[in-house]
Amino acid sequence: MGILSYFRAKKQTSASVAKERLQVLVAYERSQRNQPDYLPQMQQEILAVIARYVDVSVDDVQINLDEDCSILELNVTLPEQKH
Amino acid sequence: MAEIIVVTSGKGGVGKTTSSAAIGTGLALRGFKTVLVDFDVGLRNLDLIMGCERRVVFDLVNVINEEATLNQALIRDKRTEGLYILPASQTRDKDALTQDGVERVLNELSEMFDYIVCDSPAGIERGAHMALYFADTAIVVTNPEVSSVRDSDRILGVLQSKSRKAEQGEQVREHLLLTRYNPARVQAGEMLSVDDVRDILAIPLLGVIPESDAVLKASNQGQPVILDDQSDAGQAYQDAIARFLGEEREHRFLEVQRKGLFSRVFGRKG
Repeated sequence: MGILSYFRAKKQTSASVAKERLQVLVAYERSQRNQPDYLPQMQQEILAVIARYVDVSVDDVQINLDEDCSILELNVTLPEQKH
Repeated sequence: MAEIIVVTSGKGGVGKTTSSAAIGTGLALRGFKTVLVDFDVGLRNLDLIMGCERRVVFDLVNVINEEATLNQALIRDKRTEGLYILPASQTRDKDALTQDGVERVLNELSEMFDYIVCDSPAGIERGAHMALYFADTAIVVTNPEVSSVRDSDRILGVLQSKSRKAEQGEQVREHLLLTRYNPARVQAGEMLSVDDVRDILAIPLLGVIPESDAVLKASNQGQPVILDDQSDAGQAYQDAIARFLGEEREHRFLEVQRKGLFSRVFGRKG
């Protein structure tokens, strides 16, 4: 077993890929879970306002509320300046 | 007062009904008066797995709508003393499950039984919600596979926010039951290991049920697999019941069965 697993350990197994993907996804979904229902709607509306001035897409806006809803964090990735 | 257990998963086809049948039978074998309630209205199958499909006259929705009494609808299991089945309706849809109606039926069952095992439908819609809403304890059935683990985590979120216990500021007790586990594929790095799944879901492990021919054989015959005490799956369910009741049992069937020298040298098939 020892020798076999030594050779096998070199390339990443599909199970370890699965675990990594799940860890990222589950952490993200848990962080979404405790957020209030209005957040997606608010994200849409904020995005609509920003889009009036700048060329941005949904993926460029991140809105997070911390656990007890006391800090609203808004990140907008602006497109690179065209020269 | 009975303890209400929900067997749930989010994802379909992971072994909820097989596990419900095994758990209900296992508890009854230990001398507890137990009722198995099928919440999968419109797609009932617990009756088939328990081998009582030809004895269904009235069902859960009939009792909710007061078209039949509980005693008329309950089916007594012929193999296991103290075990009863309350089948789901096949002709209605899940909207027939009203919260007041379900609560009334569970309250009435609670006077008669030690354990109420609710077999949840897949999904997170009304049927699944009603099955878990009144639960004291949840057994989350998960396969070592990405979509099942993700859906289990989702169901845990629902248990922690939308169950009655959660609304009262309490917690539903959560157990992980990992089913269809294939140690050979885990060893080959092709399947999430029991530790991987525990790391991600972070709830106590009740048992690991190996992928087993005995499960299909049992369902073919309408006999809960826990009664097949020669089989690995049957024994694994018995261990899970023992742990559920507070006994210490080491987890079995996590390693590849020892093979002979010949198959060890030549045996790794794709």
